[in-house]
Amino acid sequence: MAKHTITLIINGQTEELLVPSNMTLLHALRDQLGMTGTKNGCEAGECGACTVLVDGEPVNSCLALAVELDGREITTIEGLSSNGKLTPLQQAFADLNAVQCGYCTPGMLMAATALLRRNPEPTSEDIQKAMVGNLCRCTGYQRIIDAIMEASHQGGAQ
Amino acid sequence: MLARPGLPDFEYIKAETSQDVFEQMKDKGDDLKLLMGGTDLFVQMRDRGEGPGFLLDVKNLPGMQEISFDKKNGLKIGAAVALNSLSGHPNIQKYYSVLCQAADTVGNYQLRNRATLGGNICNASPSADMSPAALVYEGKVFLENPRGERELSLDQFWIGPGKTALEKDEFLKRIQFPTPPDKAVGCYHKLGRSKMGDLAIVGVALLAYPDSTTPAGIQFRIGINSTAPTAYRVPSVEEFLAQNPITDEILYKAAEGAMDISAPIEDQRATAIYQKKMVRNLVYKGLREVWEILK
Repeated sequence: MAKHTITLIINGQTEELLVPSNMTLLHALRDQLGMTGTKNGCEAGECGACTVLVDGEPVNSCLALAVELDGREITTIEGLSSNGKLTPLQQAFADLNAVQCGYCTPGMLMAATALLRRNPEPTSEDIQKAMVGNLCRCTGYQRIIDAIMEASHQGGAQ
Repeated sequence: MLARPGLPDFEYIKAETSQDVFEQMKDKGDDLKLLMGGTDLFVQMRDRGEGPGFLLDVKNLPGMQEISFDKKNGLKIGAAVALNSLSGHPNIQKYYSVLCQAADTVGNYQLRNRATLGGNICNASPSADMSPAALVYEGKVFLENPRGERELSLDQFWIGPGKTALEKDEFLKRIQFPTPPDKAVGCYHKLGRSKMGDLAIVGVALLAYPDSTTPAGIQFRIGINSTAPTAYRVPSVEEFLAQNPITDEILYKAAEGAMDISAPIEDQRATAIYQKKMVRNLVYKGLREVWEILK
């Protein structure tokens, strides 16, 4: 199978990759670049653990080919905090115990970051609608919703 | 170790022009599939563990991601327009709100950044959420082939579950909708196993608008999914509504008429009899809603 040379701008850094056609963005991140913050869950676009931002919009990285995204800007969980400083959203997840096992958390944070950027003052219903594609089997969701709400009062996604 | 086996092998090709598409279709035949959002295609390929030898990415062809609207010519939506782009478009929100309502029920927000209107229509799933809304706005599909372009109504395009009238050398270029009648109002009601994020057990789109030439003073259009081999309108029920001064009883009778026309099969999501009763309930709910606005 032929491979494709592509360029991705990942968390502001340009990366050149050689990827087979059938390699998803998820596997390019995890297996080629060793960026394992993005999680592999259902690989069917239902659980949201693999959520990253492509040109600022959240997508399921398990359902996008790396080769399709040549030249695009990707933001992953590794790109949220800067110099060890958490975003208000990350801090709210920590402060309000919105994390238990933590496997869904990177996807939750990426989807919620995108939500707060497009809607800085969401209602509880806005949050629920925006987070339909992120499953958590531990928390029962309420603390996640509370944390996103709290972050919206503390300066949003940033 | 992968949680799932990943995508089967294939060769990715990016099409730049329609000519590229026709050449690749001719060359690769059944070993080629067209790729837009991939949200259904990739899941199917993973589940089956096999797929075509070639995927031809057509979403970057000229016009495929364009939306245009003017009151004279109506709405044109490129086949590869993502559902979030559709539902976020001010003119679609203003004039075709049922399309937005339906789009917002598909899967989840992340998925809708990739899932396309054209993909939803070409998949021809009986439960596709965009289908009832596209039917009530009387959408037409524009298909391109080496001989030119042809236009089909949606009931001509869908010929069965997963089956369309697309020829082997043809692809969907765009979907067009005429400007809706003045003061049209509508809604999309969907029943899934959960409140959000699931496939439709039944979905009902309603459009209604004032029409003083009818005894009802209102014309109704009703589109229904998930309860027949393809999504469908119910013209006899729409006619019954137009021909009778509207009362609550007439609305309920119409909803029962829609229930009688529906022809669901038993499936993993619901029994047939349940789906039929939910057709009645959702049609009634939708009719009440639009009538309350227009009466």
